[in-house]
Amino acid sequence: MLGYIGRKLLTAAATVLILATLTFFLVKLLPGNPFLSETVPEVIQQKQREYYGLDKPVYVQYLRYMGNLLRGDLGSSLKKVGRSVVGIIAESFPVSAKLGLISFLISEAIGILFGILCAQFKNKWPDYLLMIVVILGIALPAMVLGPLLRFVLGVKLRILPVTGWGSLEQLVMPAFVLGMGTIAVTTRNMRASMLGVTTQDYIKTARSKGISPVRVVMKHEFKNSLVPIITNMGVQIASVLTGSFVVESIFLIPGLGKYFVDSITTLDYTLIMGLTIFYGTFLVVMNLLVDLLYGFIDPRIRLK
Amino acid sequence: MTQHDKRFMEDDFLPLPRDGMEPDMVVRKSTSFTKDVWRSFRKSKTAVASLAILSILVFFVLFGPLMTKYDYFSNDYGDVNSPPSAEHWFGTDALGRDLWTRVWVGGRVSLLIALLATLIPYLIGMTIGGISGYFGGKLDGIIMRGIDILIGIPPLIYMILIMVILGSGNIMTLVLAMSITGWMGSARLVRGLVLQLKSREFVVASLTLGASPFRLILRHLIPNTLGIMVVGMTLTMPSIIFYEAFLSYIGLGIKPPNPSWGQLIKIASEIFRYYPYQFIFPCLCVSIAMLCFNMIGDGLRDALDPKLRA
Repeated sequence: MLGYIGRKLLTAAATVLILATLTFFLVKLLPGNPFLSETVPEVIQQKQREYYGLDKPVYVQYLRYMGNLLRGDLGSSLKKVGRSVVGIIAESFPVSAKLGLISFLISEAIGILFGILCAQFKNKWPDYLLMIVVILGIALPAMVLGPLLRFVLGVKLRILPVTGWGSLEQLVMPAFVLGMGTIAVTTRNMRASMLGVTTQDYIKTARSKGISPVRVVMKHEFKNSLVPIITNMGVQIASVLTGSFVVESIFLIPGLGKYFVDSITTLDYTLIMGLTIFYGTFLVVMNLLVDLLYGFIDPRIRLK
Repeated sequence: MTQHDKRFMEDDFLPLPRDGMEPDMVVRKSTSFTKDVWRSFRKSKTAVASLAILSILVFFVLFGPLMTKYDYFSNDYGDVNSPPSAEHWFGTDALGRDLWTRVWVGGRVSLLIALLATLIPYLIGMTIGGISGYFGGKLDGIIMRGIDILIGIPPLIYMILIMVILGSGNIMTLVLAMSITGWMGSARLVRGLVLQLKSREFVVASLTLGASPFRLILRHLIPNTLGIMVVGMTLTMPSIIFYEAFLSYIGLGIKPPNPSWGQLIKIASEIFRYYPYQFIFPCLCVSIAMLCFNMIGDGLRDALDPKLRA
């Protein structure tokens, strides 16, 4: 187990290092120069470059950037004057985290529940009904479902607020749009996994010992079919994060995703860079946690 | 023992008459692998229906623009935002462009990206994974650790960074960004398959009989991985369609006046409240394409998996 954790930790650390390095050099490749201006005299531009250390050779800049990164300094935004990237992250990440976490947890729970129901009622009407939900989840990406729901529930029926952030009602629609894909994928995986487990010998044994059907489902089938769901969680966290870019833009939620999209449209390079590294590291850490959880639950993995 | 007592007759040593009983004759034509897969694939109604629907969609994407006299870029300020009619089958957009043509031309862009951004990463992945699995040893170790690290970097995020650097706006930059970020999964898959195949009897036999590595790769390794690769590609297509729509939605995809499904959705979603029809058609196309590719992929996977066959 220790070897397994060590290997995973080392890979994750290397990934973050490569990610930061890659981001640094990619941003160095960006066309143009942040201080280029026709109205500012050349002398002042030179001073600005010196101030930010841009006149130094690239490797010095790289080492300095990595040093700053270790101290948690991601520089300051080019377009939002006087604001540091870290400050923007500190302000907007809790918003995204709240939306993402609520959406992720609820949709995983719904997906698992739907999956169990599908497997129990295989090829009967509840199964078919839930399969429609799955199909809709696959076929409706956030940029389709978002505007559609906002129009129907927000504008036509006036049940839920159209945009904004803060109240519980404002959370419902974005969380649903964000989680729809996760519900679909989890339902499908859970159904398949559960049907696979049902035919195993140990389930037959459990039934023949006279354990009540509910107990067999909850204790034996449920537990054993969870492994693929947990493996898939890393992918689902990534998809919720991706979705948050679109969802936060659609519903005007002041989270990281909205800042990310804004930074791209305004070409705020330091903000793009900082958010890329932050997102990347966040996902690497999440995947690491999923891997560790996976190794913890399934001993076959960590002993390999 | 009566049998010992039996005496042989003269005609016991004559050959029996051959009345069409060839012992080695194969009665039925042997089915090829493709036919076998097709037969199992046909059993899944959803997969066949999806294939049919997707074919219709592709037909319109290819020939739809030829059915009207309009092109996708000409403005007509006298006929702005008009709803679907006999003149403009899907209506017109805010610049008076015919949406029927724009949706299908946009489909060409989106599907071309989906095709290229699936094929190219898979070819890269197959080459790297194939080399890694075939030669094994230290090289394999290095390549696999590299992939372990690269696969941890979320593709979408540095796809976005690459798009910002390359300057977004055309098909090739999108395909390039997706190719750089998308080959690791298929490399891992191919490597696993090649490792598995290398120890199988028919490969060992071929090797013992003196087959060259070239023949081994071409005759045994590639054909035996192709099926699973095709399934992987079919299931990758919808995510590429999604990525294109996503990148266009956040302003990094195809630039106007060239349409793509993602870009049409983005423009229409801003004025959805007033002109819902402009939003509905590209959305339907994206949804149908994503769903059909998923269903076909599932059907193919089931058809290729011998464990699932009755």
